[in-house]
Amino acid sequence: MSYQIHIDGFVALYIFMVTAFAGWVIIGRVPAILHTPLMSGSNFVHGIVVVGGLFTLLSASTPLEQTIGFVAVLLGAGNVAGGFAVTQRMLAMFKTSGHGSVHATHGVRHAKSAKHAAPAAVKSISPKKT
Amino acid sequence: MLITISQLIIGSVDLTAAFLLMFGLWRMASPVTAPSGILVAGVGMLAAIGASFLYVFTVDAAARPHLPLNIGLAAAALIIGAGVAWWSGRRVAITAMPQAVALFNGMGGGAAGAIAAVELFGGQTHGATQLIVTLLGALIGSISLSGSVIAWAKLDSLLKKPLNLPGLQWFNGLVLLLGVLVGGYMVYGAAGGGTPVIAMSHLIEIFFGIALVYGILMTLPIGGADMPVVISVYNAFTGLAVGLEGFVLQNPALMIAGMLVGAAGLLLTLLMAQAMNRSVAKILFASFGPGKKRKQGAIKGSLKPVQASDAGIFMRYAKSVIIVPGYGLAVSQGQGKLYDFVKLLQAAGVSVKFAIHPVAGRMPGQMDVLLAEAGVPYDIIVQLADINDEFKDADVALVIGANDVVNPEARTDKTSPIYGMPILNADMAKKCYVVKRGDGKGYAGIVNPLFYADNTFMVYGDAAAVCTSMTEAVRGLGAPAAAA
Repeated sequence: MSYQIHIDGFVALYIFMVTAFAGWVIIGRVPAILHTPLMSGSNFVHGIVVVGGLFTLLSASTPLEQTIGFVAVLLGAGNVAGGFAVTQRMLAMFKTSGHGSVHATHGVRHAKSAKHAAPAAVKSISPKKT
Repeated sequence: MLITISQLIIGSVDLTAAFLLMFGLWRMASPVTAPSGILVAGVGMLAAIGASFLYVFTVDAAARPHLPLNIGLAAAALIIGAGVAWWSGRRVAITAMPQAVALFNGMGGGAAGAIAAVELFGGQTHGATQLIVTLLGALIGSISLSGSVIAWAKLDSLLKKPLNLPGLQWFNGLVLLLGVLVGGYMVYGAAGGGTPVIAMSHLIEIFFGIALVYGILMTLPIGGADMPVVISVYNAFTGLAVGLEGFVLQNPALMIAGMLVGAAGLLLTLLMAQAMNRSVAKILFASFGPGKKRKQGAIKGSLKPVQASDAGIFMRYAKSVIIVPGYGLAVSQGQGKLYDFVKLLQAAGVSVKFAIHPVAGRMPGQMDVLLAEAGVPYDIIVQLADINDEFKDADVALVIGANDVVNPEARTDKTSPIYGMPILNADMAKKCYVVKRGDGKGYAGIVNPLFYADNTFMVYGDAAAVCTSMTEAVRGLGAPAAAA
């Protein structure tokens, strides 16, 4: 028995089509107020390229492949870590009035303050076409 | 046996990771659930990275002797890359977020390009389809890498002026065409069309060179205020490149995550372009040149400067104030001082709201993040469509460091370059204060009639300094007890 994954042309196109559609729907729900964290969060998500980089580097058999593979993992890891750090920091800052959090002013806040705050009615936008 | 087990584990972990990444983005639909969303996605990512070390059991015989070195290299690259990025991501200023995102995005594009390079140099692609997909991913990833670096330099003010040479767009088109031709020649050669005149390895180098140069040339002419669109386009590019390389590596997790981001980037790009009432093609391939001179109709009225303290005291006795923040606020880092002032007003019983234009700032939603950093609760931050009708009932519209997004010309003057762009109706408020450093024009290079209107008063100075003087003036009145 083998668990080797094999994706051919049309199967790939089906995957791409369904994913693109899902992505469009998922992202369309995000309110404009979160567009910067969203962009940074999706930036983090494509950091999964580091997995491809690891595969390439581990299968490398020439110095050239090893060098480029090393660069791939280095850049991919940077994408993942940087994307996560920035997104997490930004999201931790969002909070509502109510809950007394208004009195907090500057400095680092914890993600908890936003999580436990009273849910505000945040209108989600839908993808509008011109 | 070991190979089968490894494949099984990698397969299931990647499947879970792909789900968690999607679910994480799903939870971004509200500020309440979003912080947990990124954590969920982070767990998925960590699992996928950990599981990929099981690839050591599946590599072919040729790579096996190199495994110890490769594992060491992989660990080193992970630690160095993640360490440096984590460190800088943690300490970068909130106002510098756009350039940080641009840089991390470029890294992803570069990684996708590098994977493609290994596949190409190693001759590991089978058949024309795989080769074409690899080349396409390489092209898009490389453009995203060099383009993002230029975008970063522009946002970081290392590059000041957009490059505007006559015929540059034609030249860029030729460069891209050349890249496509080189790629086509490689496919032709690989498909048995005879031995290429130039060695394959040189062709690969030339191909990557052209792609990187094109990314630079494409980004150089684009101006600062169009950066939200550029960042979001390159985000989509990197996603697409990752998805394509995922197909080449036969890794569905990469395909799904990449395509997800590709779609997200496309949607955000269209939303931005819509908010500016310009087509994506116009933003990317035609800049607001100073070349075309347009006769602007004579503007009635005059600029009426007032002191910051007077403006502050007037707002203290107003009933409702709507604040329109712009990039000038980010530049002066005045968001905290502005919120200090707002808290004084609120304590005095003034209703205060923030009105956000979709393209205010240098990336989509940058103003929201800026205000969130200062501690402004998000339920008084309102987007354009939801607040525009409230301006006519507001006593004061306070415009801070914004210009084109409140230019009424967009509504009335058909010849204006920004005609048709949805704007915030600051001019409809009973009184309008505009905080500005000088009489400079906006990014679009046009005079703003709002500044000359009868009910508009100019407060000259740096946004942060003006907010401080307004706060001091209101405090000087002997504010009510609650304001302390």
